[in-house]
Amino acid sequence: MSWWWLVLVLVVVALFGLYLSMTAGRLDALHKRIDTSSLSLDAQLLRRSSVALELATSGLLDPAGAILVAEAAHAARTAADGEATAGERAEAETQLTLALEATLDDEEIAEVRQAPGGAALLDELAASAQRVQLSRRFLNDAVRACTQLRNQGMVRAFHLAGTSPWPQAIELDDSIPPSLVGTGVPSD
Amino acid sequence: MSMRIGLVCPYSWDVPGGVRSHVSDLALTLRERGHSVDVLAPVEEDFVLPGWVTDGGRPVAVPYNGSVARLSFGVKATRRVRAWIREGDFDVVHIHEPLAPSLSLLTCWVARGPLIATWHSSHDRSRMLTAGYYIAQTAMEKLRGSIAVSQEARRTLVGHVGGDAVLIPNGVRVKDFQPENHDRQRRRELLFLGRIQEPRKGLSVLLEAMPAILDQVPDLRVVVAGPGDSEEIRKNIPENVDRALTFYGAVSDEHKQELLREAQVYVAPHTGGESFGIVLVESMAAGACVVASDIPAFRHVLEDGKAGRLFSSKDPSALAEAVLSVLADDAARRALVSRGHSRADQYDWDSVVDDVLAVYESVHMPGEKVTEDLRGQALGRFAARPAFIRGRRSGGQGDGE
Repeated sequence: MSWWWLVLVLVVVALFGLYLSMTAGRLDALHKRIDTSSLSLDAQLLRRSSVALELATSGLLDPAGAILVAEAAHAARTAADGEATAGERAEAETQLTLALEATLDDEEIAEVRQAPGGAALLDELAASAQRVQLSRRFLNDAVRACTQLRNQGMVRAFHLAGTSPWPQAIELDDSIPPSLVGTGVPSD
Repeated sequence: MSMRIGLVCPYSWDVPGGVRSHVSDLALTLRERGHSVDVLAPVEEDFVLPGWVTDGGRPVAVPYNGSVARLSFGVKATRRVRAWIREGDFDVVHIHEPLAPSLSLLTCWVARGPLIATWHSSHDRSRMLTAGYYIAQTAMEKLRGSIAVSQEARRTLVGHVGGDAVLIPNGVRVKDFQPENHDRQRRRELLFLGRIQEPRKGLSVLLEAMPAILDQVPDLRVVVAGPGDSEEIRKNIPENVDRALTFYGAVSDEHKQELLREAQVYVAPHTGGESFGIVLVESMAAGACVVASDIPAFRHVLEDGKAGRLFSSKDPSALAEAVLSVLADDAARRALVSRGHSRADQYDWDSVVDDVLAVYESVHMPGEKVTEDLRGQALGRFAARPAFIRGRRSGGQGDGE
């Protein structure tokens, strides 16, 4: 045995340390990306429920539809501020999607569009619904990338993720009422 | 809300091409909307740039994705990207073709913050693997949102790289192509656009079809516009075909628009590797009748043959038949042209840009900026400026997470 064995071992250890540090850096960046994406989704969902609430209280919808949308929007807002779990919130947002879909059929939309201020509200609603879709898609993509990395053997063995909780994908129905589509991202 | 937007184009700014025109049209349209835009692209030394393009260094011609691309990379290019990010103060940086081994991939490495990518081309799996899985993965992880310009490009991303993308088709600035000439005033002429030696662009298929076409229409002219050695091609073709051909070499965007406004028929004999077919949309916007091979991207753009005539790919006799049929039947040709025109309107940048802006807004947090990334990267640490390293020492490793 001679000294160069020691050098070799040191080099290997150094390279391995570098690899671990780089992987930890990647993981860190992914967690950051998930945080930003969740914040963005949160903001877009809030924007959507506010516009829905505004639409419901504007007097432009028929009374029955107005109550449906107002209640669903209110429930979604409460789930956002309160102690609701992620699952409960997703459920409330899905209910809002369904309420909007049920209320805003082609005829209703045509009528609201003609009323003063109606077109602006509908456009704002369509825009926020489109951004909800985009944000959720980007968030879930980040969650997928992060989960994939955290499942790697080295990452698990060296606890590179520390104590940060496993990221969760957000599953909810965020479809846009078909009659509102037109400004949305083309889906063909 | 007006944003500061940085766009990164991996291919040489002075060579016409699909990605390059996409970036330039997107930049122009965003500027018209009042945003402040700066483009980073490789540029030849003597090329005069508009004020909103930043020189990313001299490109080198290398084989990439089945053809020769002009790319910038290396230490010097990395330094330029860093400086651009540092001085740009961007709200969003939008990287085109993020895995292209050029300024795009470099930007993925050295920047952090609201990064968006657009995937243009479709690759096959083997090429994605040789691109280096680790590098690709690390770069991908930093992209906050991905856009694919076509279903094929999206499939490449989802299937081979892993990751999701929203579909936003390529835009065309329809107003730049508005035809002045109606079909009957146009020259009886076939137009081919693209690098002439590039097998995927399919000039050889067109040339093989020419004798049969000239048999029926002896006075037909064929205009070939695109870079490449025309002498080499002229050597191996029959004399009557040679007489019908005019080679223009590489043409400017304005010249291309003019050619598309003048020609009666635009031929796209591509044999594959195209994921969208922007030239087809431009031809339709300019009022030329499109005859194209039936590769998936073209089928989609031409609405399965309603907005242009399709022929079976790589088949010269099918091409000849398709060209002859649209030349012979004026009514059918004008019907294709008019349908093509309304199809082109669906791809107008003026509406496409709204979707792009929606993506920007959905990944950008108020007050956030794109900054240099020096974490977790050996290369980044070594390339960092000394002042920055001194600053980091006091900050420690996990700064502000």
